[in-house]
Amino acid sequence: MFEAIAFYLFSFLTITMFFIAVTTSQALYALTALAAGMIFISAFFFILGADFLGAIQIVVYSGAVMALYAFGMMFFDTTRDVKEKQGNKFIVVCMGVLAAVLVVVIFAAPIVGDNIVALYPMTEGAGNTQEVGMVLFTKYLVPFEVAAVMLLVAMIAGIVLAGKKMDISLTLTSDDKIKEDENNKKVLL
Amino acid sequence: MEIGLNHYLVLSTILFAIGLIGVMRRKNLLLLFFATEILLNSVNIAFAAISHYYGDLTGQMFAFFVIAIAASEVAVGLGLLIVWHKRHGNIDLETMTSMRG
Repeated sequence: MFEAIAFYLFSFLTITMFFIAVTTSQALYALTALAAGMIFISAFFFILGADFLGAIQIVVYSGAVMALYAFGMMFFDTTRDVKEKQGNKFIVVCMGVLAAVLVVVIFAAPIVGDNIVALYPMTEGAGNTQEVGMVLFTKYLVPFEVAAVMLLVAMIAGIVLAGKKMDISLTLTSDDKIKEDENNKKVLL
Repeated sequence: MEIGLNHYLVLSTILFAIGLIGVMRRKNLLLLFFATEILLNSVNIAFAAISHYYGDLTGQMFAFFVIAIAASEVAVGLGLLIVWHKRHGNIDLETMTSMRG
């Protein structure tokens, strides 16, 4: 009973928040609505018994990713209203629904075909975090290490791209000056 | 009233549709990134639900890797966006059509 109430409450909240994030014309509203939606999504993970995944969702998404977006928004002009594409609304909605139904088919096809076998079943008497650790550091050790290298590469890329010559505003300097700096290898462009 | 796997899959579909509509109608690249985050999160819900209802941890593992990929995507994407904004003064998608096809 409580599961049903929690599911419907949080699905309503998540859909509302993400709808606001997609439709609003203010970038700051979109950012806050998205952060709220991320936290509400972690509630589903807690309901489903994936405690570690829920904690990671809060820490990584609401903490790191949203902070990074908020940091990035300081560089952009976010006070003005966002212009939207003036396309055919009917086509957009139709294609969105069609692609989403396709995703359901992709997920549901193995279930309908009865083709799912538990590769790494849950162990008895172990918490979710323990189970995740056991599977992650045995069966998925190589992908885990590759993901670590990928995060390192992304961190270095972020530092190199965003951190260089932060004190110079490239929009205010003239084109000739930028060309000159490029030739002297002062600015990474 | 029992909440089954289908409930979660339907919720995941709705969120995925919202994200796709966002991807198609947004012109500002920062808000386009927001829409892609919604897409990734909706798939994570489906993974976690299937993992729970079939007693299998593989779904949660894939959700972890999806989160890792999303984090690195944000770092690199925002770096590129900042460089573009420093150079051109806006981050609208229309101004990036340098290749005329």
